[in-house]
Amino acid sequence: MDYNWNWGVLLQDEYLSWLISGVGWTFSVALAAWIIALIIGVLVGVGRTLPFRPLALICTCYVELFRNIPLLVQLFLWYFVLPEVVPESIGRWMKRDMPNPEYITAVVGLGCYTASRVAEQVRAGINSISVGLASAAYANGFSIAQTYRYILLPISFRLIVPPMTSEFLTIFKNSSLALTIGLLELTAQSQQIAEYTFQGFEAFTAATLIYVVIALCATVVAQYLEKRTMIPGFIGKA
Amino acid sequence: MSSFDFGVISENIPFLWQGLKLSLWLTVLSVIGGIAIGTILALMRLSGMRSVALFAAGYVNLIRSIPLILVIFWFFFLVPLVIGRPIGSFYSALIAFVMFEAAYYSEIIRAGIQSVKKGQIHAGQATGLNYWQVQFYIVLPQAFRNMIPILVTQGIILFQDTSLVFVVSLRDFMTVSSIIARTEGRLAEMYVFAAFIYFVICFSGSLVVRNLQKAQGT
Repeated sequence: MDYNWNWGVLLQDEYLSWLISGVGWTFSVALAAWIIALIIGVLVGVGRTLPFRPLALICTCYVELFRNIPLLVQLFLWYFVLPEVVPESIGRWMKRDMPNPEYITAVVGLGCYTASRVAEQVRAGINSISVGLASAAYANGFSIAQTYRYILLPISFRLIVPPMTSEFLTIFKNSSLALTIGLLELTAQSQQIAEYTFQGFEAFTAATLIYVVIALCATVVAQYLEKRTMIPGFIGKA
Repeated sequence: MSSFDFGVISENIPFLWQGLKLSLWLTVLSVIGGIAIGTILALMRLSGMRSVALFAAGYVNLIRSIPLILVIFWFFFLVPLVIGRPIGSFYSALIAFVMFEAAYYSEIIRAGIQSVKKGQIHAGQATGLNYWQVQFYIVLPQAFRNMIPILVTQGIILFQDTSLVFVVSLRDFMTVSSIIARTEGRLAEMYVFAAFIYFVICFSGSLVVRNLQKAQGT
């Protein structure tokens, strides 16, 4: 193997600032998309378990549609195709005047995609609760809304904490796809440093370490959360 | 919407088909390689030898915490450096996918192996089989039968993941679609078409998984 090591390149002002800005974009895409994913994901996941057939069907379609198209294609649809199919004035605004188009597209695209995965976890959580609990609630005169508010959601949200933390990590990894529409997040910046300096080993190692640190931090927080939210007697059912 | 012109697709069918064939080949070969190396990693983790298990666990957790695109960049950079000459982007991509998916497959296979009842292993040992015979004749066949639906699901995810070779311009279905989209100036038609094809393939795959699960009664 013929390679000139130069770890110092990572500490040069220019390249160090690229890395830091990359980390910043990775966090801002992942966290903003996570908020969208949680809101839509919970609504769709709950919708699929409700006893209204048309609503459940719409929610099922949402999940199947967003799960069966690669995220990369979805990002391109949001970025290149959506402005063409909406009314012309909105399309023109999206192409010309929308601030930070790459960032907004990445957040919306990643958020809607992850929402379908969150919805599946929420649905699985609700379905894993024994039917007796809901029946008992209805027998006591609870409405559907009350049954969800006081019985099903509090239990299922605590049951799905472990799979949700793995979704949270996945959204950080998937935020790297934003580079395909020109957002210079962490992976893109490391690739750019590799191209400018020919120090690929150092650049990719830096990015890898940062992702590993993010994963480790998330795992520690997750273990704490899992302990705090564990329901005695429900372990391992979700 | 009125300006949609899907003629651009029928004119480019042979080129698109080439791309789709490359995507499917990459998927099939990566599934085979990923399961093979994934099985080895899983056996290493369950081997009871501390250093071997630690190495496998370290590899799996490292790969699982970084994005696939970064793994692709890593292997496109490393493979020519290690081998000493470029081997073409298809083989570089194939190696990247096999090494990446092996980490995910090994977790599935590990869970599958652990789902085989201990009594089966004890019975094998009692009849005088050695470690490898127990693994190959008793544990793995039962584990794989239980795992088939999840393995296929992971295969569908892998097929979607192959679209990421776009970042290294390898001409899979996605890259070919985007080349046509740009040269013909028909972005909307081509990306909607690409989405449709991916959806049809992946959704059919998930229906197959559902039938498999029903057949197994899980």
